[in-house]
Amino acid sequence: MTELRYLAPETLDEAVGAFAKAGSAARILAGGTDLLVQMRSGILKPGVIVDIKKIPEMTAIEETADGGFRIGAAVSGMALAEHGKFGKVWPGVLEAVNLIGSKQVQGRASAGGNLCNGSPAGDSVPAMVAAGAIVTIQGPDGRREMKVEDVPAGPGRTHLKPGEILVSFKLPPRPPASSDAYLRMIPRTEMDIAVVGCGVSLTMKDGTVTSARVGLGAVAPTVLLVEDAAKALIGSKLDDAALAKAAAACSAACRPIDDKRGTIAYRTKVAGVLLKRTATIAAQRATQKN
Amino acid sequence: MAKVHVTTTINGEPMEFLCEPNDTMLDALRGPLGLTGSKEGCASGDCGACSITLDDRLVCSCLMLAVESEGHEIRTIEGMAQGDRLHPLQQKFLEMAALQCGICTSGMLVASDALLKKNPDPTEEEVRFWLAGNLCRCTGYDKIVRAVMETAAEMRAQ
Repeated sequence: MTELRYLAPETLDEAVGAFAKAGSAARILAGGTDLLVQMRSGILKPGVIVDIKKIPEMTAIEETADGGFRIGAAVSGMALAEHGKFGKVWPGVLEAVNLIGSKQVQGRASAGGNLCNGSPAGDSVPAMVAAGAIVTIQGPDGRREMKVEDVPAGPGRTHLKPGEILVSFKLPPRPPASSDAYLRMIPRTEMDIAVVGCGVSLTMKDGTVTSARVGLGAVAPTVLLVEDAAKALIGSKLDDAALAKAAAACSAACRPIDDKRGTIAYRTKVAGVLLKRTATIAAQRATQKN
Repeated sequence: MAKVHVTTTINGEPMEFLCEPNDTMLDALRGPLGLTGSKEGCASGDCGACSITLDDRLVCSCLMLAVESEGHEIRTIEGMAQGDRLHPLQQKFLEMAALQCGICTSGMLVASDALLKKNPDPTEEEVRFWLAGNLCRCTGYDKIVRAVMETAAEMRAQ
């Protein structure tokens, strides 16, 4: 039996110190919905668990002075859903976070854990990429910021350095007539892992898209920011030709695997289909509000 | 391995127990605490048979470390009935035969109770989505969903 120590520090400095000191034997515990399953199945045998939920910054949802949001890395999906304003400003990010697991899992699972778990199919990640979220990371060398799309390094791996802890997501302020959406393809309606996931965030003016970002999940070793798809949408009125061009850009960006959930050909095609549907929903939301 | 001393509140009563650092809340409930109403179905957060609430939020007790309950408030199926008086959901599950083998039942009840506290007037679709994380291999779900809808209607009428 492995000796396991559980630590629940109340400050980030303590957490970083303990995490860095324990080295590769340590694991961060936020919601635990992935970690406990990995421990139970014997894939992981951590020597130290650093529970970050007693650190106020990790579980806080704040509106920033510039009108954006800062979401602590350990904020649960249910806590985010219960926030009065967040889902109105970022409906796509919220629906993506709320697709992770059951209501029971929602009570614990966090966007921070979803990102750090490094799954290419994590539902919240494409929506966060589309939203242009910036993450704050703290480690032995201090604080730094990173674009969310730069965090994943491959399945189960991130670009966080040893001892670094994800602290929060910063979502930018929204111009008028902006919104976002997230759709995923799964063979059932609930409780499954994305075959393809697509997040779109855009801003409209007089029916024309003035800015857009597209995130794609489950079609490559990491979640992708698809700049060519965004370029095809920007300047258009989301007419069929523009949507077809953006869909083709999504399919072109795919480097998927064949597995029991979907074939390469299927994922590649569905990426384009989802882009069209997701962009349409985001545009409807953006124009409804104003 | 040194045992950890945990102080928590379970079904409104202050409790203390000893556990291993890697014990789940479900291990602690069914072991030292002797509360065996919460069931272990999958031990991976898929089946919901171990559902409890943590500070009024529905969670799987198999996906939570027992040490994490320190200073928090846990509610389990054992806290649902008031003495001999069953909770309306429990009564309705019996009346409408919303259970067969019973393994999923405590999780179904805890999850349904959490739903009705949050939303006293759910649609059938909302009930089905809410209970998507509670698996039942006997009933086919219809009787469970109907019992929850019926209980909600009766509780609203009172």
